[in-house]
Amino acid sequence: MSTTETRAPLAAPASKARRDPAARARRTLVYVLLTVGLIVTVAPFLWMALSSFKTQRELGASPPVWWPSEWTLDNFRELLDRMDVGQALFNSLLVAVFVTVCNLLFCSMLGYALAKLNFAGKRPIFGIVLGALMVPGNLMLLPMFVMMSAMGLIDSYAALILPFAAGAFGVFLMRQFIQAIPDELLEAARMDGAREWYIFWRIVLPLVKPALATLSIFVFLGSWNNFLWPLVATNDPAKYTLPVALATFATDPTQADGSNGVLMAGAFLVVLPVLLVFVLLQRFFTQGIATAGLK
Amino acid sequence: MSTTTAQAGTPGAGQDAVVPKAQGDGAGPDGRRRDRLSRHNLSGWLFSTPFLVLFLTFMAFPIVATLLMSFTDFGLRNVTDPLSAQFVGLDNYTKLFQDDKFVKALFNTGYFVILGVPLTIGSGLAAAVLLNSGIDRLRTFFRVGFYAPVVTAIVAVAVIWRFVLDPSEGLIAGLGHQLGIQTPDFLGSETLAMPSLIMMAVWRNMGSAMVLFLAGLQAIPTEVREAARIDGAGIFQEFRRITVPLLRPTMLYVAVMTTIGFLNVFEEPFVMTDGGPSDSTLTISLHMYREGFDFFHMGYASAMAYVLFVIVLAITTLQLRLLKDKTS
Repeated sequence: MSTTETRAPLAAPASKARRDPAARARRTLVYVLLTVGLIVTVAPFLWMALSSFKTQRELGASPPVWWPSEWTLDNFRELLDRMDVGQALFNSLLVAVFVTVCNLLFCSMLGYALAKLNFAGKRPIFGIVLGALMVPGNLMLLPMFVMMSAMGLIDSYAALILPFAAGAFGVFLMRQFIQAIPDELLEAARMDGAREWYIFWRIVLPLVKPALATLSIFVFLGSWNNFLWPLVATNDPAKYTLPVALATFATDPTQADGSNGVLMAGAFLVVLPVLLVFVLLQRFFTQGIATAGLK
Repeated sequence: MSTTTAQAGTPGAGQDAVVPKAQGDGAGPDGRRRDRLSRHNLSGWLFSTPFLVLFLTFMAFPIVATLLMSFTDFGLRNVTDPLSAQFVGLDNYTKLFQDDKFVKALFNTGYFVILGVPLTIGSGLAAAVLLNSGIDRLRTFFRVGFYAPVVTAIVAVAVIWRFVLDPSEGLIAGLGHQLGIQTPDFLGSETLAMPSLIMMAVWRNMGSAMVLFLAGLQAIPTEVREAARIDGAGIFQEFRRITVPLLRPTMLYVAVMTTIGFLNVFEEPFVMTDGGPSDSTLTISLHMYREGFDFFHMGYASAMAYVLFVIVLAITTLQLRLLKDKTS
């Protein structure tokens, strides 16, 4: 991002603005509006995090208690009793890791072919990739369920991983980045007798590490948060991913009473790892979105 | 082979500039080029194979299968014996429009999109403009905060909001109580349930629109803005005459992606309201899920999936045309 270029010309008006009361008032207004927006955005998360540590009495208190006066882990304990969090966490993690690795490999392979190899069929394949970007997942749901049932794959990790093992978005993203690699570099390697696989593996992939990082974040996150297909593809609680386990628990009418604290503990566990990773790697997120969206 | 030679001749095919036209028909250089092309052909296809296999199995085939299923009475017994499904012609499609629930779902989804998409785009644009208005401190901090809901699982977000809106223990009810206001039971009210879901969806998706708009805004050269300011343009004039026109490509992308996402809305009503009260939040995707996986009316559900797909396609095409025309 070109922060340095955009900041430099703005620096001069900024110092002038400090003396200009109108500009200062405007700036204050901007900060006030942003802060109000931020409070609205963050409040539900804070409410969730704090509520998961509240006692039953404080959860139902009116007026509401923001800050728990006595912190308790009862909600988490009850959650662990009622829902196999460890298993769901393991399932989510396993599926997300496999999906990510597959996407990194397969998407960059096709991305390389589309960006740097001249072959008959390149255009139609690129057309397929662009078309696939537009198709909503709902359209594949029913026959995919039948297919997986026929193969006996319902309640298997394969059913959760295979349909997401390569995505059009990833191909598109990798193609964009690989295209920027100079042809001369690859030609030189070809002159030296390097095979395409060697060029791809040893030259192209190391050069697009930032793109791979971005892609892995998106794919991992997409898999971690994915819901509808895992809901359809699993009946056995031992194969539930975290969102499915949480939703099943949340929509079970027999659990309805007094479970808000437990539900917040569950939501906390689903959201926390993602939010932590996001705050640490936020640069990749926003840059990746901008790159993929605008080029 | 003729197709490959033709492709090598097209502009941008790589080696044309190196090989002079006159020598193009000669055996020497052209032979080498053909050689390289065929080598590329093989590796190109090899590199494409994994994606293509997955695409054909998990996308192309299911898309066609959904279409075929939508013309049959595909039911529970056909899950183990797909070929015994009976062809019923357009029955599923005609039945759809006599199904009060589907008509309601169609209406609800439209409601969700028509209110939700402009609100998402508007708030995302507002946040981006504020973040880009020359504030240098805390910019990353705000951006991270606004984007946080985007990265969290919709299911978790829906669970959280159900609690925020809870009429007895919820955050909003509590705040209302402190102010001495009796807040309504948002999700239990036929008129308020859908607006509540829309509010939540806007809250969750605003950040992704913001990031895209921010990237678009930063691509506008500061000279253009400064020139406008020197010419005496006020803030609103600058926004209308410079920011909005130059942001049109971003607007197009955001509008299309948000609309596709919102048309497929599923998790919010599934977790928060179960489509109720009295079907006031039943969406097309939720209805399809119920018919397909609760009642196993899979032929019928497939027809629904296709109607939704056609709607998505039609609206996307319309948006592309409308917003593109204005640019040129």
